[in-house]
Amino acid sequence: MAERRLFGRAAARGLARGVVTALATTDTVPDRIPGSPEAERDALVLAVAQAGAELEALQSGSSGAASEMLGFQIALLSDEELTSPALAAIECGRPAPLAWTEAMAAEIAGYAEAEDDYFAARTADLEDIRDRVLALLTPGTGQVAVPGGAVVAAADLPLSRFLAIDWREGGAIVLTGGSPASHVAMLARARGVPMVVGVGGSAAALAGCEVLVDAEAGEVVLEPGEASRAAFAARIGAQAAVVGAHAAFRTRPAATADGVAVSVSLNIADVAELERLDPAICDGIGLVRTELLFHGTGALSDEAAQYGAYRRIAEWADGRPVVIRTLDAGGDKPIPGVTITGESNPFLGVRGIRLSLHHPKLFLVQLRALARAAVHGDVRVMLPMVTVPDELAWARQMLNAALDELAEAGIPARRPRLGMMIEVPAAAIAIEEFDADFFSIGSNDLTQYVTAAARDIGAVAELADPGNPAVLRLIASIARHGREAGVDVSLCGDAAADPAMTDRLLRAGLRSLSVAPSAIGPVKQAIAAVDLHGCAA
Amino acid sequence: MNDAPAGMEAAGSAELVNAVGLHARPSVKLTKLAKRFECRVEIALDPSGPWMDAKSPVKVMRVKAPLGAVVHVRAAGPGAPAAAAALLQLIRDGFGEEPHSAAGGGHG
Repeated sequence: MAERRLFGRAAARGLARGVVTALATTDTVPDRIPGSPEAERDALVLAVAQAGAELEALQSGSSGAASEMLGFQIALLSDEELTSPALAAIECGRPAPLAWTEAMAAEIAGYAEAEDDYFAARTADLEDIRDRVLALLTPGTGQVAVPGGAVVAAADLPLSRFLAIDWREGGAIVLTGGSPASHVAMLARARGVPMVVGVGGSAAALAGCEVLVDAEAGEVVLEPGEASRAAFAARIGAQAAVVGAHAAFRTRPAATADGVAVSVSLNIADVAELERLDPAICDGIGLVRTELLFHGTGALSDEAAQYGAYRRIAEWADGRPVVIRTLDAGGDKPIPGVTITGESNPFLGVRGIRLSLHHPKLFLVQLRALARAAVHGDVRVMLPMVTVPDELAWARQMLNAALDELAEAGIPARRPRLGMMIEVPAAAIAIEEFDADFFSIGSNDLTQYVTAAARDIGAVAELADPGNPAVLRLIASIARHGREAGVDVSLCGDAAADPAMTDRLLRAGLRSLSVAPSAIGPVKQAIAAVDLHGCAA
Repeated sequence: MNDAPAGMEAAGSAELVNAVGLHARPSVKLTKLAKRFECRVEIALDPSGPWMDAKSPVKVMRVKAPLGAVVHVRAAGPGAPAAAAALLQLIRDGFGEEPHSAAGGGHG
């Protein structure tokens, strides 16, 4: 058979090769002569109860997201509202399997037509419930066993079926339908099972085929030829080597080839990002963006909610420093009701600390929450877009006011260290004018202000290069000032996460970088390749 | 929330703030909470209805309430004010889930 390719959407990234096991989906319902309505009703009630018991057994063996998703199915199945249309049809003389399938079809259609992808994706859960009950109503319609490491092909994969498959030997999922928003796709991403959805055609036709599943590109190669096979094997090998090398560096303290220690911290925007991370991979959190806390209805913009979020981050860090940036809205980050709309040049307008000056109450609430969270760890407060020393002085007064208020009210609080971002050239050039407790270079904005080129304007994006000598000289002068004045200097822009920039940043004198969680391994590896022998800094 | 006589009727509304709206897990939490009260509890996206039984996960899912939708809650019977208040609080708290986070990553 000649090589063929199917194209779909990647729902869980990864590469896998294997032989297809096709799972049939229920499309024909055994139509039989119904028994008495009482007998049919009893059969359905029993099957629903058994299905519920099966799901509860599955749930007791699972945890986290899988357990919650099964809980959803159990809740639906134990709701009389789900079975009542089928029971009504049985009263009218329908056999139980048909009555059940038809009633579920109506419920599923209601979800399928939802405009919201998330609700539409819940059809898979209802189909899962339908098939489980149906299998109990019509014994003998057994399920195909899935061998370890198989590529599972189906129209859609029910959640409970996914959980019943042993993925430890690898494998992948190819769906002719399906959705990246389904519960199964979420679990596949969490467990690292490559998954491609929406390839079309018939799953049964793929049974027994050897396939290469490229869930990076959303492509499936059927009966691959020698060339495709070799290229794919090379990609799998390269990926495994890269992942393995990065993993080896992740939990080690970072140091250059000649043994100079470098601090590597995390940038995060949401507490949820920390859930699956081991604090041992970093030396702290170098940047917590707080803009997301202020979005939506402002539900999180109250003090208690902010305090809760900051405290959770501080507790996760377990004594390591946590640098939390005060609201940095404006520019490319508008917040309805807070930022000013219609500025002719928002990047040169009211943003960062300038916006806080316009909203002192909002700022005070954030400082109170930060001072309270500082009781639970080494919380540090960082001000964005500081241009003149007066802004720093004003923020310190506000922090004093927040601490006084809290002390008066008898609320536990601690004075956090107060530092600033260096992203405005005026601050970078006259760095010695600012008596901040620490500095963090925001290389994205600093670069675009120094080069007068916006990163989001394609025609000039190349000019916005953090490797520009002018930017590197500023970084070097800030690092030198930090060493001389005994003030910590870090860098938290995208340049910190770019292995191609690592050597130049360390040579400029930086010894602290803050990067996204996924960049920790690659950056530590890049640091290990740098040799600073003979480098003055 | 209006000041109905204790144990009779209560109503109010709250906006959905969790990322994906009143979906699978939140609807399970909502119905479980509603079932702890003896009174009738209903929800709707429009104060003029249709009103759905807040104790039925199947019916709550049929509402398909997305992020940003305002959910109206009404309760009638014993403990109605407490029931309405509890449900509204759960909705305002985003069901203990992460808030909506579709905003851009922002510059460092």
